[in-house]
Amino acid sequence: MNRKIAYTIALLVALAAPFVGYPVFLMKLLCFGLFACAFNLLIGYTGLLSFGHAAFFGGAGYVAGYALTTLGLPFEAGIVLGVLAASAIGLVMGLLAIRRQGIYFSMITLALAQMVYFGALRAPFTHGEDGLQGIPRGKLLGMLDLGNDLTMYFVVLAIFIAGFALIVRIIHSPFGQVLKAVKENEPRAISLGYDVDKVKLLAFVLSSALAGLAGATKAVVLGFETLTDVHWTMSGLVILMTLVGGMGTLAGPVLGAFLIVALENKLGDVGNFLAETTHVEWFSSLGESVGIVTGLIFVICVLLFRRGIVGEILAAFDAARRRGKPA
Amino acid sequence: MEIFGVPLQAMMSQLLLGLVNGSFYAMLSLGLAVIFGLLNVINFSHGALYMMGAFAAFIGVTSFGLNYWMMLVLAPLLVGVFGILVEKTMLRWLYKLDHLYGLLLTFGITLLLEGVFRSFFGVSGQTLDVPEALSGATDLGFMILPNYRAWVVAASLTVCLVTWFVIEKTRLGAYLRAGTENPKLVEAFGVNVPLMVTLTYGFGVALAGFAGVLAAPVINVTPLMGSNLIIVVFAVVVIGGMGSILGSIVTGLGLGVIEGLTRVYYPEASEVVVFVVMVIVLLLRPAGLFGKEK
Repeated sequence: MNRKIAYTIALLVALAAPFVGYPVFLMKLLCFGLFACAFNLLIGYTGLLSFGHAAFFGGAGYVAGYALTTLGLPFEAGIVLGVLAASAIGLVMGLLAIRRQGIYFSMITLALAQMVYFGALRAPFTHGEDGLQGIPRGKLLGMLDLGNDLTMYFVVLAIFIAGFALIVRIIHSPFGQVLKAVKENEPRAISLGYDVDKVKLLAFVLSSALAGLAGATKAVVLGFETLTDVHWTMSGLVILMTLVGGMGTLAGPVLGAFLIVALENKLGDVGNFLAETTHVEWFSSLGESVGIVTGLIFVICVLLFRRGIVGEILAAFDAARRRGKPA
Repeated sequence: MEIFGVPLQAMMSQLLLGLVNGSFYAMLSLGLAVIFGLLNVINFSHGALYMMGAFAAFIGVTSFGLNYWMMLVLAPLLVGVFGILVEKTMLRWLYKLDHLYGLLLTFGITLLLEGVFRSFFGVSGQTLDVPEALSGATDLGFMILPNYRAWVVAASLTVCLVTWFVIEKTRLGAYLRAGTENPKLVEAFGVNVPLMVTLTYGFGVALAGFAGVLAAPVINVTPLMGSNLIIVVFAVVVIGGMGSILGSIVTGLGLGVIEGLTRVYYPEASEVVVFVVMVIVLLLRPAGLFGKEK
């Protein structure tokens, strides 16, 4: 019941938001929200820490951008191709990385994603340091002009909801339960007869496809795609979003993504404000020092708030409920 | 004289460059392996601490009028002390948790350090002069050997082998190895394990700082030099496995040489060749060349 109310409120807010806020910024929030949710499917529900999700996000962005710009394909085809490309990269990366456990898994994904980065840097169609510019949005189903920010917003919202619903469905399916079993106790899942490697691979490919969906959509929304999206810092950023919001919670990654993207966008303003009020000149350069702030949040979260914002709230509710009903 | 169409001189100088890079890989992966053995933490900030070592040398020489040789001792000490502070105040709270938190914490520290150095030095590179005693080159007949590069390879090999000797052949090393196997039991014998853990971390990162000082005169000192390197070193660690000290040294040097050879025959692939080797090793020998999976 509570959940239904929460979802309804969230939907109403999302529908009203573009009339109040700046639609392009909101679309960016939604894309990163979906990206973080896709990442969370792995870390939060399967227990795999991928350090290579930028490869899917940026890779799909490049493919979608190339399809729309150079090949002149319609919007839908661009997004689909982006998702397919991300899934293909995910399949290869997954097959390799799953051969090792734990911390090695993270290192392998990081190294393979770096290969994708060098690919994007050197391949002729990605235009190296310049990236892809002027990606056209085109028309939805050949009719609706997506050049209009408001129309585009509702399309992006629909994509986000579809992706989010798919993740919810996966988590609550029998397959989702198996994922949880793998996360909690891998040897036991094996002894129960599950082909754990196959389960992990499927989760990895699903996560990469959804990350690709987010990346392709983001590239089309903003109309450009650059190396930033395939760089390892992007893989780190999505980890941070999920960590801040709460790993293994549904709403957490979305909230975390919103906070981090907003922070990155507004950091310059915050810095200028601090410089004016405290008269410490250094603060005015805060806008360029995103790394310091994100690094600091990382350290604080790992040391003090490992459950993340939503995780802490849920834990507080839990504790309150337990106090209310003495055993 | 030519080897497969490449002049010997060019070949040799690329091989030497490969060995120089390989020594950095070896020193960093050795540090990672020693730290992982005792702390079960993959130290992402290893690259950032290598960068810190290089900057410490640069600052010491340009601002404090110290010379290269003093910084070769001082910079690793500084980095080591910094590492000890990090271990004492932050890392220590994470030992009981999943390994991934150690990786995430050190990743955050990396971003923080890079950000701080960026806000002071920007992204453009600084260079440190080669110390006078090592400037110039020696003509070996078949190649011209730049003295400084020879020194880098010799110094890092010495440090690596001394580390190996201490860990494998001395009493202190025996405590360390025992602590890796079963810290509780070692503590029961009256060894101060928490202190040993702290010092091990300090030593591991001091190695990174030492590598940074060695690197400062041969590469551009920039705030990002560490993270570009650490990803390659991670691939080296995946290839070699962290079970064996000698294994990490050999793998690091070997991959440096392979990278150097690739730069001669197929320069486009030299950035990714280590990753390609990693893929091949994963396919053929998933546990790594010297791996004992933990």
